Amino acid sequence: MAHKILIVDDEPNIVISLEFLMKKEGFEVAVANDGEEALAKVASFFPDLMLLDVMMPKKSGFEVCEALRADPANANLQIVMLTAKGRDTEVAKGLAIGADAYMTKPFSTKELVAKIKSMLGVA
Amino acid sequence: MLSGWFILLLSTAYLAVLFAVARFGDARADAGKSIISANVYALSLAVYCTSWTFYGSVGRASSGGLSFLTIYIGPTLMLMMTGIILKMIRISKVHRITSIADFIASRYGKSQLLAGLVTVIAVVGVIPYIALQLKAIAASLDVLLLEGEADFLPWWLDSTFLIAALLAVFTILFGTRHLDATERHEGMVAAVAFESVIKLLAFLAVGLFVTYGMFGGLADVFQRAAASPELERLLHLDASRAGTWTAMILLSGLAIIFLPRQFQIIVVENVDESHLKRAVWLFPLYLLLINIFVLPLALGGLLHFHGQAFNADTFVLTLPLARGAEALALLVFIGGLSAATGMVIVETIALSTMVCNDLVMPWLLRSSGLGASKDVSRLLISIRRAAIAVILLLGYIYFRAAGEAYALVGIGLISFAAVAQFAPAMFGGMYWKQGTRAGAVAGLSGGFVVWIYTLLLPSFAKSGWIGNGFVEDGLFGVSALKAQALLGLSGLDEISHCLWWSLLTNLGLYILVSLNSRPDAVEAGQAERFVDVFRHSAQETDHRTWRGRASIDELVSLLERFLGVARARQQLMLYARGRGAVSWQKLPADADFVHFAEAQLTGAIGSASARVMVSSVAQEEEIGLEEVLDILDEATQVRAYSRELEAKSNELEQATAELRAVNERLRELDKMKDDFISTVTHELRTPLTSIRALSEMLHEDPKLELTDRRRFLGIIVGETERLTRLINQILDMAKLESGRAEWTSTEVDLGDVVRESMAALGQLFRDKNVALTAALPDRCPPVLADRDRLTQVMINLLSNAVKFVPGGSGKVHVSIHANAQRLQVEVADNGPGLTGEECSVIFEKFRQGGNTMTDKPQGTGLGLPISRQIVEYFGGNLWVESVPGEGANFIFTVPLTAPEEPQGDKKHGS
Amino acid sequence: MKQSSPARQRLTSLALLGLPLLTYPILSLPVGMWAGMPADYIYLFGVWAGLIVLAARVAEKKA
Repeated sequence: MAHKILIVDDEPNIVISLEFLMKKEGFEVAVANDGEEALAKVASFFPDLMLLDVMMPKKSGFEVCEALRADPANANLQIVMLTAKGRDTEVAKGLAIGADAYMTKPFSTKELVAKIKSMLGVA
Repeated sequence: MLSGWFILLLSTAYLAVLFAVARFGDARADAGKSIISANVYALSLAVYCTSWTFYGSVGRASSGGLSFLTIYIGPTLMLMMTGIILKMIRISKVHRITSIADFIASRYGKSQLLAGLVTVIAVVGVIPYIALQLKAIAASLDVLLLEGEADFLPWWLDSTFLIAALLAVFTILFGTRHLDATERHEGMVAAVAFESVIKLLAFLAVGLFVTYGMFGGLADVFQRAAASPELERLLHLDASRAGTWTAMILLSGLAIIFLPRQFQIIVVENVDESHLKRAVWLFPLYLLLINIFVLPLALGGLLHFHGQAFNADTFVLTLPLARGAEALALLVFIGGLSAATGMVIVETIALSTMVCNDLVMPWLLRSSGLGASKDVSRLLISIRRAAIAVILLLGYIYFRAAGEAYALVGIGLISFAAVAQFAPAMFGGMYWKQGTRAGAVAGLSGGFVVWIYTLLLPSFAKSGWIGNGFVEDGLFGVSALKAQALLGLSGLDEISHCLWWSLLTNLGLYILVSLNSRPDAVEAGQAERFVDVFRHSAQETDHRTWRGRASIDELVSLLERFLGVARARQQLMLYARGRGAVSWQKLPADADFVHFAEAQLTGAIGSASARVMVSSVAQEEEIGLEEVLDILDEATQVRAYSRELEAKSNELEQATAELRAVNERLRELDKMKDDFISTVTHELRTPLTSIRALSEMLHEDPKLELTDRRRFLGIIVGETERLTRLINQILDMAKLESGRAEWTSTEVDLGDVVRESMAALGQLFRDKNVALTAALPDRCPPVLADRDRLTQVMINLLSNAVKFVPGGSGKVHVSIHANAQRLQVEVADNGPGLTGEECSVIFEKFRQGGNTMTDKPQGTGLGLPISRQIVEYFGGNLWVESVPGEGANFIFTVPLTAPEEPQGDKKHGS
Repeated sequence: MKQSSPARQRLTSLALLGLPLLTYPILSLPVGMWAGMPADYIYLFGVWAGLIVLAARVAEKKA
């Protein structure tokens, strides 16, 4: 069974590119455009991994991450934070509140795919 | 008529009330809740108004007209010299001074000689005054009992003697109830204030009764007096007695602070320096009130008893009695009794302190009459009690010897002249450092001798007690030595004559001898501390001018002997606690301890005796005069230096605060720059993310379908444009900021600009389904501006509006209004609106509407700052009006061109 | 009250003003009767009351 990936970002063009990339790699993909939608999608879609943008309307990526980690039901969900603000403090903050990995925009598609595959244990 | 026993009973009852008031005051003081308020203090000063005022003023007015007023004008003026009085109070507090004798002695090197001299002058000088009170009470009793049982007492008991004895007992009960002699007498002060109220009420009552009951008011009394040739002269001042008038003001002005009882009340019993503020006007007001009816009463008495035998001193009693108003007469009697007892109590307490500390103690110390007795504090109280009795006995003797010869006023003035002798030593002591002990002794002795010769002895002579040859013909028949016309000085009344000669002698000797003598170290130190009392604080320097060896045990046993064991222990404990020690046994016998011990003793036995006692147990090293002055001078310099330091540190603090504010501002600017860079970074990276991801995919997968390729390339192009726009805006802002922007000013029709901008953004509005409407005039008056820049502003405002309104229901309305000076463009939307704070914040650079943490920034935060810069460049304004929840209205103005053309001006103005 | 406070200075000047007003030669100016009362009586009490009112205003003014 294909792994399920949830893409959360408010920039439509980034969503398009990520969605295309992940589908091409054979993952099952769902999309959310803001934080609240992301939480709803997690509850209905049960993703294995989540690509989570930090700067979003309604709920920031940090808040989404905190909310998910507060619920033990999501213990197996892996979270990769994506941020356009490359400050070290934000990377540290993301990891501290429970993100599994951190990618700075703009990222290399190869690296992103490799990281996701290694995290999901796919060869 | 009134029964003697009834009057005796009434008087006793009244004294019992007084005693209750005093006990209440003492109890409250013991409980730490002093009843001595500013008003009580001011009223207690009215102990100045004795039975001499109560009965004697009317007597004096009956013969001298308004001249009695001088006795009250002098104190009014002296009290306003608050600086002098405050200095006396401060010095006394600092040096624990309890009497005027102690004050003078302490200033001139804690001299036993001076203390004794001042005490002798005070006792001798004031005894006639005490006699006067006895005489007044006796006279008032005589009047009340005139037709009754004047001889209700057994033949061997003289009524005046009985009064004196009663007063002595009463005073002893009042003033020496406490075993510790150092405390203030708050109960006594309360009782005196109470008496002041009683005597004022009584006097006003009789004044109103006579003026309005027996006569038709003030004007009536005066007019009837004016009609009588004898009385007419009393209505007007006698200008030929101008010298006496001024002399009396001087005399009474000195008396108000130098009479032992006044010094006691004003200085020793003062609990709070700020009370002086009330006294400075309330006491003069009291004096004014008690004097208003004096002249009417005198005139009324003279008119009423015309042709009969009368004593003007008792008009206040005889007038009501003449009308059968016995109750009023009794009230007046109680008022007079109040006046007399108040004076006697305070005066004898003050004198007894002086006699005990400054006459008896030195004698006991010298004759070692104290022996080895363990506790001297009881002895001290006994001495004071005995002194009170002796002083009243002396008063009675003077009353017997000389009292009959004088009217009340005359006796009082004799005492005034005696205490006026303290003036040179007191004032000199407070303001002139060069004044010396030798000078003070010489001045006081000289003045005192002159006073005795020109005033006291003649008063004896008048009563026939001694021959009056020296008055009539001069001593040894030398006419230049006539007692009341010394060196032929005549034309003055006896008081002015005495005052003139005695003060001249006193002041002359004081200055001359002071200038020709050298103070010792102790004296010079005290002079410094007295004159500069406001600069030297109590402990700071005192213990530095003492050096030597002492034993704690000896000092403690000294304190226990004079203060009593309990009180001494209590004071020691307080002192030890003040120095942060657990118990006084652990304290070192250093200079500070010696000073503490001496201060405690000073309160009990006076400064001179205290010094003698302390030096008997502590071996003091001799410190030279120069060294003492050096130490004191150094202390002054240290204080000046510390003041300078304080000012400097204040300046520093201020500078630090300024620096901190600047630093704060810098930090804020830095944070704003940081946030801006972070925002710009985000804005740059977002399009780059799409571009890179899509490019990589295109690059790596040549087999991508054509539709995907097209779509991806389209996105890449769009994101590239977005990047370009952002970079352009940043550069634009930088240009505007630095003033290097290029402007091309032409005449512009703003309406066209608005229409073009709306057309350019039309698609954006349609995409989001937002209604864009406009109300524009066909032709706008031209403005001088850069067309492209105005278009930039317009597009910025419109794109902001479309960004914030909700899709579907959103509405944006544009309008232009013109007035004589400017065009006004409004862009109104129905979006979420802005709070008051946001309305100003959004125009700051790098700031954006909404919470940047949760809301994705809708732009770079540069659009509005750029727009505002542009509009302001053309002389207009850009602002926003908004109610949260009801949309925002962005407004900018541009001034019209060529308002200087008169034609155009007229057109717009009409 | 502090050293050389303005209130103290004002009170002292009141005393220095009162002294000439309440002594000769100015005191010889009021003569005859004013409103049925001796001019001297009215003048003395008037000036005196005036001084008291001024002193009260100066002394009781809150610093």
